[in-house]
Amino acid sequence: MKTIYFDNNATTQVAPEVFEEIKPYFADLYGNPSSMHTFGGQVGIKIRQAREKVAALLGCDPAEIIFTGCGTEGDNTAIKGTLAAHPNRRKIITTRVEHPAVLSVCRDYENLGYLIVELSVDKKGRLDLAELESHLDDNTAIVTIMYANNETGVVFPIEKIAEMVKSKGIIFHTDAVQAVGKIPINLSTSNIDLLSISGHKLHAPKGVGVLYVRKGTRLTPFMLGGHQEGGRRAGTENVPGIIGLGKACELAMQNFEQENKKVKFLRDKLEKGIISKCSDCMVNGDEENRLPNTANISFEFIEGESILLMLDRFGICASSGSACTSGSLEPSHVLRAMGIPYTAAHGSIRFSLSRYNTEQEVDFTIEKIPPIISRLRELSPFVKK
Amino acid sequence: MWEYTDKVRDHFFNPRNVGEITDPDGIGEVGSLACGDALKLTFKLDDKGKIIDVKFKTFGCASAIASSSALTEIIKGMPLEEAAKVTNKDIADYLGGLPEQKMHCSVMGREALEAAIANYKGGATKKHQLEGRVVCVCFGVTEKEIERVISENNLTTVEQVTNYCKAGGGCGGCKGEIEKIIQRIQGEKAVQKAAAREKGQKLTNIQKIQLIQETINEQIRPTLRADGGNIDLIDVDGNKVIVALRGMCAQCALANITMRDLVEAKLREFVSPEIFVEEQKDLADELRK
Repeated sequence: MKTIYFDNNATTQVAPEVFEEIKPYFADLYGNPSSMHTFGGQVGIKIRQAREKVAALLGCDPAEIIFTGCGTEGDNTAIKGTLAAHPNRRKIITTRVEHPAVLSVCRDYENLGYLIVELSVDKKGRLDLAELESHLDDNTAIVTIMYANNETGVVFPIEKIAEMVKSKGIIFHTDAVQAVGKIPINLSTSNIDLLSISGHKLHAPKGVGVLYVRKGTRLTPFMLGGHQEGGRRAGTENVPGIIGLGKACELAMQNFEQENKKVKFLRDKLEKGIISKCSDCMVNGDEENRLPNTANISFEFIEGESILLMLDRFGICASSGSACTSGSLEPSHVLRAMGIPYTAAHGSIRFSLSRYNTEQEVDFTIEKIPPIISRLRELSPFVKK
Repeated sequence: MWEYTDKVRDHFFNPRNVGEITDPDGIGEVGSLACGDALKLTFKLDDKGKIIDVKFKTFGCASAIASSSALTEIIKGMPLEEAAKVTNKDIADYLGGLPEQKMHCSVMGREALEAAIANYKGGATKKHQLEGRVVCVCFGVTEKEIERVISENNLTTVEQVTNYCKAGGGCGGCKGEIEKIIQRIQGEKAVQKAAAREKGQKLTNIQKIQLIQETINEQIRPTLRADGGNIDLIDVDGNKVIVALRGMCAQCALANITMRDLVEAKLREFVSPEIFVEEQKDLADELRK
């Protein structure tokens, strides 16, 4: 059975070009980039080039790029490093819809006596910038707000927020894991101080990420040890991962507009196809400001895990914000923050596309979904015939 | 991804006895949309008191649907008295086991059956009845129900209880109470952690402050958070604990009650019965500025 992969916000396929590029570094070219011999040194050169490629995609200086182990590490480093560098400021501002990589870190500081402000969102998942402004003060150490939401794809007005936060002299971090490669970001004209990326969300392998640190930003290192990454992140480099991420950024830059146009076309077709063929369903999130690849659809009166298992039988991969799939007993914190009713939150399905999806896959999925939905509704005691 | 047995997958993809009997002898309903799963069970008896037909409708995940389907297969053809003895474990065993976190699906099946039998026997409403004191407010789970899953399935940890009947899986505010119920039922076997907190044990100052902070983090904060509030530990002076309420709690007219019935009660329960709590208002105001 062919796999139809619509779960690209969870992870993506490693691009074939990336895989080709990194193969030698698993086998023949195993040198340590820090070594003084040519054998290791040639690897060091590749890492420098990868750094330049990442910087080119983001529009920043290569010296502002720190390679990390994953997106979560970038988020942890940004928040903990900033708080350590500003010990007299005891307040953190974030949002209720952040990824756990940010939210759990902030809530952990609450136990240490920090004041945490979690901004709310409206029913489309949008922030109220006036609310943010009212919380900014001299006690605030860091504002950390995601660029785009992983569940709904809602994109926040990050440039505006960064400007507002910067004008008060506060550090601004954004978790841009879902945004990089999908929407244009230019750090040369931005007020963002810290930005985290995860490699495997943009067709690089797992186990590599980036933290962008604007020049002049005070940040206490999180991982101590050797002198790697200019002393800002110790530990021997994940050489194939870093080289792969460099290549993935180069690919993202090459076909940025065309690819995202195609992905958006497919996403829109899938979304419209499903909505027009199924009753009692709705799109979650702000359709005006959304990643081009993400569709989050709620099917009322049925449960997400059941839908996923039925889709799985056709090789269709998606994800759900239902309680049952999260392993907890509550549905997605993002959908609850948006005030999506439980009837819809438990039956929410996220389709997230990539450049590798095809129109046939979309058509196939549009055809398979309606019978699945009506089958599960036949089983549901809440659907009256 | 959950590791479901082939039997679970079979009963999910090909559920038996789906539907509703139009003229049933017993109807049982349990769960709700908010909880994430719900089951409506209807059965019909023959003149000898055997279940000749049974049907279900379920909203829920694969294991909820499979558990419902399995339940109907188990009890079909059974005399009513025998069906009344079916436990959640029978349902799980029939399916070749369920993932630990999904055991509550089998409990839902047993609850619906009980409700349907009570409905047949007359008087009882067809909804699953909450009997006795509610311990978990988030999911409406009573003390009786918790006791029952503990003894029927020999559970020893709060996490297991949450997996089996959801209690403690929302705000987490009732976890301490669940721990106590486990202790009462399992006696000595139960969690050592709670035993260490038994009253009368002499704590050093550092241990005491740590225990206070731990109790606030685990027992008190989750409950306040559920209502948009929060709490900070400011200082400990002998048996006096100074805290500041934050967020919604800070402006709440019922703050005094929260202080006495939640903060103080939990600290007395988990740390020492001599504890008394004071709120530091000024600092809270200053921080909020």
